[in-house]
Amino acid sequence: MPNVFAFAEARGGQLRKVALEAVTAARTLADAAGGEVHALLVGAPGIGEKAEQLGAYGADVVIVIEHAGFGNYNAEAAAAAAAERIKSGGYRAALFSASAQGRDLAPRVAAKLGVPMAADVTSFEPSGDLIVARHPGYTGKVIFTVTLAASPAVISLRPGAVAAAEHRKAARVETAQPVGDPSAARVIVTEMVQGSSAKLDLGEAPVIVAGGRGLRAAENFKLVEDLASAFGNAAVGATRAVTDDGWRPHSDQIGQTGRLVSPDLYVAVGISGAIQHLAGMRTSKTIVAINKDKEAPIFKIADYGIVGDVFEIVPALTEAVREAKKHH
Amino acid sequence: MKIAVCIKRVPDMEARFKIGADGASVDEAGLKFDMSDFDGYAVEVALQLNEKSGGGETTVISLGPDVVQETLRKAMSMGADRAVHLKADKIPFDSFAIARALAAELKVGAYDLILFGRMAVDSANQSTGPMVAELLGLPVVTAASKLDIANGTGTARRELEGAAEIVTFPLPAVVTIDEGIARPRLPSLKGIMGAKKKPLESKPAQLGEPRIAVKSMELPPERTGGRIVGEGAAAVPELVRLLQTEAKVL
Repeated sequence: MPNVFAFAEARGGQLRKVALEAVTAARTLADAAGGEVHALLVGAPGIGEKAEQLGAYGADVVIVIEHAGFGNYNAEAAAAAAAERIKSGGYRAALFSASAQGRDLAPRVAAKLGVPMAADVTSFEPSGDLIVARHPGYTGKVIFTVTLAASPAVISLRPGAVAAAEHRKAARVETAQPVGDPSAARVIVTEMVQGSSAKLDLGEAPVIVAGGRGLRAAENFKLVEDLASAFGNAAVGATRAVTDDGWRPHSDQIGQTGRLVSPDLYVAVGISGAIQHLAGMRTSKTIVAINKDKEAPIFKIADYGIVGDVFEIVPALTEAVREAKKHH
Repeated sequence: MKIAVCIKRVPDMEARFKIGADGASVDEAGLKFDMSDFDGYAVEVALQLNEKSGGGETTVISLGPDVVQETLRKAMSMGADRAVHLKADKIPFDSFAIARALAAELKVGAYDLILFGRMAVDSANQSTGPMVAELLGLPVVTAASKLDIANGTGTARRELEGAAEIVTFPLPAVVTIDEGIARPRLPSLKGIMGAKKKPLESKPAQLGEPRIAVKSMELPPERTGGRIVGEGAAAVPELVRLLQTEAKVL
């Protein structure tokens, strides 16, 4: 069974970046054994148009299930469809994303299949008949290396851990029917609430500018937003102290109990670097810290630090980044 | 309502961890333990729901060696009515093995609502709750940041990336609880005294053979950061130069 299954996550009729990451990772694993990548795409009628894009990232087969009951995330029907396909397909591994949706979906599918799973995996590879996977725990302070003996190996991949890479295949598209009636699910999404700063998601943005208590007041987050917009490809994050105080929505929180992120560049503005915050961002590729206290723990993990007044430094940096972007 | 809350005993995450002699565990010497953060929120939610309805019973359940009874006592000192200890030599990493043992206990309890924390902060698998729900055939909502129950129907909010969804579901159901929903109360002295007399039942956990094994554990490489570029706005040009030429992110 050299074939690999990937669940292609979509929201609002669009593929999410994590779907391409899952297909990319499945491609690598399938190539190691000379197998195929089969991607499952479920959504409202019209979602099938996205199948070609999955082919561009390495899917040999895209199984499309269209149904009006898949307009919003429909966990029960998606899990039933994925479990049935995985059972009948005899896959070596089944890959999901460790996104909000995938972390909900993958354990349901694993339980339906009667197998354990490796969650929030940052890297994995075959080792004989087993799959060896790495997974950060203890708020990112310890890395587990686990071996999965079950078949199929169910894995959810941490967003951003695998870079989506094009690997063009003319994917064969199969249409399939849902298992049961998706409209009869017991858990029903009655409303979608769009985030206030949802232009770029924290999990998908290559740059994150995050603010802490050092900004002193909610309205001073304007500095952080301006710097983010100067980068153009940045999302805005916050510390737990800031979201607890209601300066920013809870969904902006980066840390042990919030979002875990690893962007190419993380700019920490007025953030001292509490353990709970570092747990959410310490795997960022490059970290910049701006803080008035030169003893702040954030400077111990920052690649580049500037000590001083954020109200003076951040506007100057915003201007300099804007200039730098102009010349590119 | 009859509410069950499944809780896990975990080390304090503020600690500096060391890897144990076997290379596949955390050295527990000197570590402080408590219930996992999110489980504390789940216990609080259960207590508030039953206080609001003016009745019901909150049962806390934990799997592991005898020391997890301390964690169960703590939950009872917060206000839970009774506890079940599923005895095992150690807490396995395999969420599905744990889910099966919990499901075997939960299915005989006729609970209206089964709560979990969104994840245990040590193993961070975030899988046990939804696996239990599948095994019991119950509806499940994961990572709820708000939860209301009225007339046998639940309404919950789930935070997504850059959005949130509002869901409704029928009881009985499983819900896993996110942070921010309710601050866990501190046990009162009266609560602590009272907890000693509350029923705690201990029985063997029905753990099967784990099929996911921890091969090794490592500390992540230390970041060798700590370079101060300069002070004040005068350091900005040098920072930008480094971001362009060295880090190549600008």
